[in-house]
Amino acid sequence: YEVPDGPEEEPRDGVGHDEDEERGAPVEVHQRGEDVGQVAAESLTPAEASLSFSCTTFFLGSLAWAFRSANLAWKDLLTLANSGGVDGVSVVTIWPSSSDRLKTPVASAATSTSSSSPFSSTGSERESGREGNTEFSSAMAYICPSPYRAAACRRSANRPLHAAQRGEVPEALYPVLQSSFSNMSVYGPVVKIHPVVLASICDSYERRNEGASRCIGTLLGTVDKHSIEVTNCFSVAVDMEFAKNMYELHKRVSPTEVIIGWYATGFDITEHSVLIHEYYSREATNPIHLTMDTALQSSKMSIRAYVSAQMGVPGKTVGVMFTPLTVKYVYFDTERIGVDLLQRTRVLPSRTKGLTSDLSQVGGSAARVQDMLTTMLAYIDDVLSGKVAADNSVGRFLMDLVNKVPTISAEDFENMLNSNINDLLMVTYLSNLTQAQIALNEKLVLL
Amino acid sequence: MQSPFVSIRTGTRAHLYRKRPSPNTFLPFSACGCFNMASRKESATASTAVMAIPAGTLDSPVNQIQIEGLVVLKIIKHYQEEGQGSEVVQGVLLGLVVEDRLEITNCFPFPQHTEDDADFDEVQYQMEMMRSLRHVNIDHLHVGWYQSTYYGSFVSRALLDSQFSYQHAIEESVVLIYDPIKTAQGSLSLKAYRLTPKLMEICKEKDFTPEALKKANIGFEHMFEEVPIIIKNSHLINVLMWDLEDKSTVADKHELLNLSSSNHLEKSLQLLMDRVDDMSQDIVKYNTYSRNVSKQQQQKHQYVQRRTQENTQRQSRGEPALPEEDMSKMFKPPQAPPRMDTLLIAGQINNYCQNVKEFTSQNLGKLFMAEALQGHN
Repeated sequence: YEVPDGPEEEPRDGVGHDEDEERGAPVEVHQRGEDVGQVAAESLTPAEASLSFSCTTFFLGSLAWAFRSANLAWKDLLTLANSGGVDGVSVVTIWPSSSDRLKTPVASAATSTSSSSPFSSTGSERESGREGNTEFSSAMAYICPSPYRAAACRRSANRPLHAAQRGEVPEALYPVLQSSFSNMSVYGPVVKIHPVVLASICDSYERRNEGASRCIGTLLGTVDKHSIEVTNCFSVAVDMEFAKNMYELHKRVSPTEVIIGWYATGFDITEHSVLIHEYYSREATNPIHLTMDTALQSSKMSIRAYVSAQMGVPGKTVGVMFTPLTVKYVYFDTERIGVDLLQRTRVLPSRTKGLTSDLSQVGGSAARVQDMLTTMLAYIDDVLSGKVAADNSVGRFLMDLVNKVPTISAEDFENMLNSNINDLLMVTYLSNLTQAQIALNEKLVLL
Repeated sequence: MQSPFVSIRTGTRAHLYRKRPSPNTFLPFSACGCFNMASRKESATASTAVMAIPAGTLDSPVNQIQIEGLVVLKIIKHYQEEGQGSEVVQGVLLGLVVEDRLEITNCFPFPQHTEDDADFDEVQYQMEMMRSLRHVNIDHLHVGWYQSTYYGSFVSRALLDSQFSYQHAIEESVVLIYDPIKTAQGSLSLKAYRLTPKLMEICKEKDFTPEALKKANIGFEHMFEEVPIIIKNSHLINVLMWDLEDKSTVADKHELLNLSSSNHLEKSLQLLMDRVDDMSQDIVKYNTYSRNVSKQQQQKHQYVQRRTQENTQRQSRGEPALPEEDMSKMFKPPQAPPRMDTLLIAGQINNYCQNVKEFTSQNLGKLFMAEALQGHN
């Protein structure tokens, strides 16, 4: 394929900014040349092609300068460019070492199509430039030799290659690469969070000391082969000694929980995060880092998990990269019922809700089912009158639903119903009888 | 066996150290059979259908309980992790008192009693936990405790003792009973109980004889009072709830509309039967006692008669009268069986019956709904 020559055209504001990126430093989006886009398009699906065409973002001018001075092949540049933005999100921030400070931040932010894009670069660091102490190791940014390879790399998320392995990144380059990928996690286990953890974090944020802008704590849970389940957490206020004590106390109650990482409220990952993460990596193997935006910067509480990975040039500067992980919410059955009840508090202005009892619960549940049925009926009416296009899969589900009502002969059903009702009535009678008995007994004794 | 438990209040109150008795041990009660039945008049109290008196009617310091969502989730999670089987799980509630409301803002679980952990110091654990929580600005005021239950069988001696010691030290404390099985059936079952003042009096004096109970006019319904619960969430947690709803893909399972009832009924009835057995044993004991008492009365009567007869005979013969012997030494009155256990058993049976009735009423409703659905088919 052809290599675009020279510094690229003037930057222009990119398309598809996400609200995640409306923060401090301006984000400049750069559009790739057509040829590369097309070449990339051949190896990608149409959706991917259009996305990558419209949203790969690179400040190639300064980048080219930086890499040229570092004697990096253009090929690598292109693949670096391509390595972002397949499914819509890529943030590749490259800071040169402090000795090589560029006037403009060699940063590029990518667009994202979904609202919950993981995004882990910090505006402050961009400004200041960060000393990269990098040491390349596996599972880094996808720096693959060709765009085809890039696509393949993207698709098979578990085969990242890194430049150092191929010996192609010269030592003169001291970047700190911080990249986040699409919400299809690319490396690392799936993080399953229970709602109690999130509620705890909210609570500890609400109770933080005056002047503290964020609060930090330890995550406890269990580690599986492909997933990490976070089941508990506690906040850490004072120092790490305190954290250790708390962990001991918690271990008394639930001995199966281990420290699996830590959390911080707030949107970004800062330098402190690296230090804290280092501490936690002494406590647990491969700790995860959870961030929760309690300040609601992006008008929603983005909950993200990261795992850290070392990167850089071996022997020289080494840095830490936080790669995002997929976050799933899991509930125990009873937890879901509890959360259900809690959900109902949010619609009332007083934010309170009493616990209902007896038949009113059944009534409430039935009302919910009725609502769902009404929605369905409305949809069906729309489809029949042609307002909405018919969807086969929905039709199949509906068919399933209707068939689920068992066809029993009326007689059999009557029998079943009556026997059940008789059972229940008998038990009710017995319990009433028992209650009367003990009341009687009481009166007699106290006579 | 009164061991220390920790009650911490900021500032003025002194620390009281009395440990909670372990959950599954009962204080030994000598159940020997005799009873001194004195006839008293007893004003009949209407036997209401509820297990306990609603708190609003009494002159109690707590009329309502406000729980945060976080506490609910923590209790659920604690049971889920530790409490499989019929072991009860317990923990401590933290919060504060606002006017006549008791606000519970946080909680932490208590480790289970393990035999091999003999030197485990509960008090130590509690103190440390609360100290640590104080550092992160969590309310460290002890306001009660929670316990999980198995099919509603929580009315026990241990619970009574624990709650008494809590309520004695902290006036507004409550015990939250979480029923995981009922919750798994579709709706959160969390109830808050306190001891009635009458029962507090009795427990204080530790006088469980029937006379004392009669005097206090305590029936099994007057043991616990239930306090209504409301759940309140902060705004941030509400935001979290909205978020979770968007993102979580767990489908609604509608367990509440489940029609199968036999399993639950079977277990409940089994427990009920056990309790009724206990009750009947107790009644037998009481009957033996009362029989003994009446027999003794008769014996006494006979003896007195014989004595007087003899005395008259002697007098007629001119011999000195036999001295009057001390009645009480000869006829030791049989010991009254303590009635506390009976009260507890009666209370427990009442609770079971209540639960069963609730369950059956729900199921009847569901069955009628199913009938309507089938009718259209």
